[in-house]
Amino acid sequence: MSLWRATEGVTRPAEVTFAVDGTDVSAPAGEPLATALAAAGMLGLRDSPRGGTPRGAFCHMGLCQECVVTVDGRIVQACLTPVRAGMQVRLGGTLR
Amino acid sequence: MIRRADCLVLGAGPAGTEAALAAAEAGLDVVLIDEQADAGGQGWRAPLGSLTLPRKGADAEAGDRLRSRLAASGVDRRLGRRVWSVGGAFRLDAVGPDGAEAYEAPRLIAATGAHERVVPFPGWTLPGVIGLAGATVLLKAQAVLPGRRVVVAGAGPLLFAVAAGIVAKGGTVAAIVDMDGRLAWARRLPGLARRLDLLKEGLGWTWSILGARVPFLAGHGVRCATGRSEVEAVIVGPVDADGAPIAGPERRFACDALAVGHGLVPGGEVPKILRAAHLYDRLRGGFIPELDPYGRTTIENLYACGDGTGIRGARPSAAAGRLAGLAAAHDAGRLDAAAFTALAEPTLQVLSEYRPFADTVAGAMALRPAQVAAIDPATVVCRCEDVSRAEIDAAVDAGASDINQMKHFTRCGMGPCQGRMCGDVAAELVAQRRGVTRETVGYWTQRVPLRPVPFDTMIGSFDYADIPIPPPAPL
Ligand code: FES
Repeated sequence: MSLWRATEGVTRPAEVTFAVDGTDVSAPAGEPLATALAAAGMLGLRDSPRGGTPRGAFCHMGLCQECVVTVDGRIVQACLTPVRAGMQVRLGGTLR
Repeated sequence: MIRRADCLVLGAGPAGTEAALAAAEAGLDVVLIDEQADAGGQGWRAPLGSLTLPRKGADAEAGDRLRSRLAASGVDRRLGRRVWSVGGAFRLDAVGPDGAEAYEAPRLIAATGAHERVVPFPGWTLPGVIGLAGATVLLKAQAVLPGRRVVVAGAGPLLFAVAAGIVAKGGTVAAIVDMDGRLAWARRLPGLARRLDLLKEGLGWTWSILGARVPFLAGHGVRCATGRSEVEAVIVGPVDADGAPIAGPERRFACDALAVGHGLVPGGEVPKILRAAHLYDRLRGGFIPELDPYGRTTIENLYACGDGTGIRGARPSAAAGRLAGLAAAHDAGRLDAAAFTALAEPTLQVLSEYRPFADTVAGAMALRPAQVAAIDPATVVCRCEDVSRAEIDAAVDAGASDINQMKHFTRCGMGPCQGRMCGDVAAELVAQRRGVTRETVGYWTQRVPLRPVPFDTMIGSFDYADIPIPPPAPL
């Protein structure tokens, strides 16, 4: 279903809101976008170019490129991109 | 602007940071460069700056000590930089917070670490399936659990670290699926007991897992992950000591995440791109540069250390890093022979003390050829380009004789991950199909960019007027 944030003893920064394909999503400021998306239940980020099968973040450390999305018009790796208020995220179809 | 220095160190994990510290203490002007915002690498990674966590693990503390020594040193820290090109003797091009950057020095220490090997199985591309190393990043740096019910599968110590981390944070581990049988771990005990502190850490994990009554399946592997658009269940079954599936009851575990990994592969793009000699060492994870005891490669003034030179783990990597830093300082004429020997001797000693432990752990994380041999023909091996095992086999049958020819035939390894995810398994498939050694099959030819970078960032603030136009030749 989704990632979830541990709560016991953990203090996180205040949440910010950003848009994913027009839908508002909130997450602690500075959290990696791949984590924020998965925590919001958005695990599938794109389809593979040839087989068209769903893909999501796999390595969470900037290597596999499976988490590639578009942020404010630029292609980025979601696992390396910190969440900012107001960012415009587009999923699907990148790297196709 | 080019930042010139006496020595560049690429990679700020335990190895690179120790190398930078040793070289700087000996008087070299050292620049340490890494993609992450803080030193520590993957293993000793700093938690996200904005988080406060209840309790730090041993790795986080080791990382904190390293980071504070670095902060107090004369090392020029250039963190948050993505190096995309390496060349000459020696120049690094990077993309930093303000765009393009370049670094030059007569010496380069490569400490770029390792990445995870995941041997493919049906369903491994489903969202919700992640690497064990990735799960570690989520748990340690972000205090995030991979799912509500997680299956943790594969081989090596990361299995237990991840499972214990999930339990400690209040998550549910649906099952631990370890390719190794109980016998394998019993046989390893003598090697592990050589480092009681680290063995204790391992036993601590086991203890918390036992306390949480997590189903533990020794000698089992993942048969497949299933789900429509995300992983919903994992089916596991028994495997033999070589990792090949064997007949026996299969079990299904419903889950919303699968964390899986089968060991680590040395990254080591830099020595490959600079054409240092390499050799294949299955125990150490794959192709590694040929090194002298201090980390000198076969290329003059190019040094390498850490897991990128063979899987050993963080602490031995730190020792190897220190040796490489000392060697660079010695070769630069900053440490005379006597001082060099006096400083290097105790570190060589530390490294050899770690060896039995490091070899034992590396053994659990090494490639299992029989597991690769058993990959189903329809399974995707190259995630980026959706290339199946059957297509790789067909390319070999059609005449592709090494890993690079196979790449040209199939596009396997040609995608944006640049062959990092599939390379080790793909090469093993070619070797097995041809019945030849891994040396014969070789490794991907490395090319720049080392990592994907946006083209506009790469060229910087460039203008046509900047191109020097020579005056036309007289007619
Ligand atoms: S999850 Fe692999 S690059 Fe982001």
